[in-house]
Amino acid sequence: MGSTLISLDKVNKRFDSHHVLQNISMQLNQGEITTLIGPNGAGKSTLVRIILGLLTADSGSVQRGANLSIGYMPQKLHIDPTLPISTCRFLQLADTSHQACHQALDSVGIGHLAATPIQKLSGGEIQRALLARAILRQPNLLVLDEPAQGVDINGQNALYKMIADLSKSLNCGVLMVSHDLHMVMSATDQVVCLNHHICCHGRPEQVTQNPAYIDIFGQTAIYAHNHDHQHSLHGEVLDTDGVHQHGEGCDHD
Amino acid sequence: MTDFLLYALFGGLGVALVAGPLGCFVVWRRMAYFGDTVAHSALLGVALGVLLEINLSIAVTAVPLVIALGLVFLEQRGFLSLDTLLGILSHSALAAGLVVISLLPDVRVDLMSLLFGDLLSVTVNDLWVIYTVAAAVLLLLGTLWKKLVNITVDPELAAVEGTNVVLVRTALMLITALVIAIAMKIVGVLLITALLIIPAATARRFTHTPEKMALAASIIAMVTVVMGLALSWYTDAPAGPAVVLCAALLFTLSLGLRQKK
Repeated sequence: MGSTLISLDKVNKRFDSHHVLQNISMQLNQGEITTLIGPNGAGKSTLVRIILGLLTADSGSVQRGANLSIGYMPQKLHIDPTLPISTCRFLQLADTSHQACHQALDSVGIGHLAATPIQKLSGGEIQRALLARAILRQPNLLVLDEPAQGVDINGQNALYKMIADLSKSLNCGVLMVSHDLHMVMSATDQVVCLNHHICCHGRPEQVTQNPAYIDIFGQTAIYAHNHDHQHSLHGEVLDTDGVHQHGEGCDHD
Repeated sequence: MTDFLLYALFGGLGVALVAGPLGCFVVWRRMAYFGDTVAHSALLGVALGVLLEINLSIAVTAVPLVIALGLVFLEQRGFLSLDTLLGILSHSALAAGLVVISLLPDVRVDLMSLLFGDLLSVTVNDLWVIYTVAAAVLLLLGTLWKKLVNITVDPELAAVEGTNVVLVRTALMLITALVIAIAMKIVGVLLITALLIIPAATARRFTHTPEKMALAASIIAMVTVVMGLALSWYTDAPAGPAVVLCAALLFTLSLGLRQKK
């Protein structure tokens, strides 16, 4: 395990009366891939935004390593079609040289699209361009918010392999929000399951990738964890059997 | 050629010069309604200027700047969408302006020149103001250009990479408000947005980088001013609307070009 890049201790965040993040404690380490999963509205994006420094926590502490530099790959890119901008120029906005941009585009396999307007790229190509911009400044932490959204199955496999390879060659830490656990788990070191609080976390287990298996048991059945409670639609913890054992990191009653 | 026509020409060219690049940001960031909001608030500036007996130029500039700052503040809180906020600010300022004017029975505000501009009444003093503001705006735009494009493309990426998004956005809002305030003299409250967005939209037809689009928008806006003044000179049409009409004409012609990708 490498050095700690960022560590969160009992982080809380509320939006009005909605307690979105409850006592989140976690660490991201150099050379380690962490995958964040959880249902829609579980607070995944809020947690990512706090880690990125785009939001501040209401309470708790966020410790950043002294030499932390973050490469961020957002979920989507909305650029108005009236803004004429090539893919290469889009990368250069991150304040780097022409040459570095071409290298980054080559390393994600879209070097030939450097002069193409970014609005003309396909879904998969845009994700690659975003990935290229994220690695451009040699970050030691990559934050990827649903990197394979809108990419077809073959493209998803290729993209996840690329992310694993790039993070290895950069020797950086990775925080990835992903629903495609059946694809990312072989490369993931740590899975964090979030539903306002951290339900469970641990190493994913090497199990079958048979789609039928996933169909029957659902995605949450394919990695090792002790999911000891149920959630209501609002994310509140329901006591199913009357005896509720809390997982690590749970502070609720 | 008479002096007033020369003043009008140089005044119009100065405003067109800065309207080009700023208009590009208005188009890219979909802020067309922002121009209207700032322009409407200028009416409140006129009313307050008369009421409080302060210099009208200062009042007409100060009120839009305050409105722009208010907008940045409200947008930052993020509980209402931008077009709703603009609608609230725009019409509240317009209504306040109209009410205050009605409370001043002895004062005749030249509504026509306010609404349609009065290019032919530009004075040497106006020229000083226009070119000082234009120089300052161009200097700021040049300094902040890369950051401005960056926050326009994706503000969150820019923020993660270390750009102070709020500061840059505030700067853009303030210079836009400032340019609108001085450009009102040229085309008036009603048509100000047109001078910003039509040359930029025309320039988009044949450019493929942000810089070239900004430069082309400037040139097109300046050509438009010359054409509009000529039209006004020969037909006695009001100069402001004539300028906007020529801009629309050039845009229509540009539709015949194949758009650069």
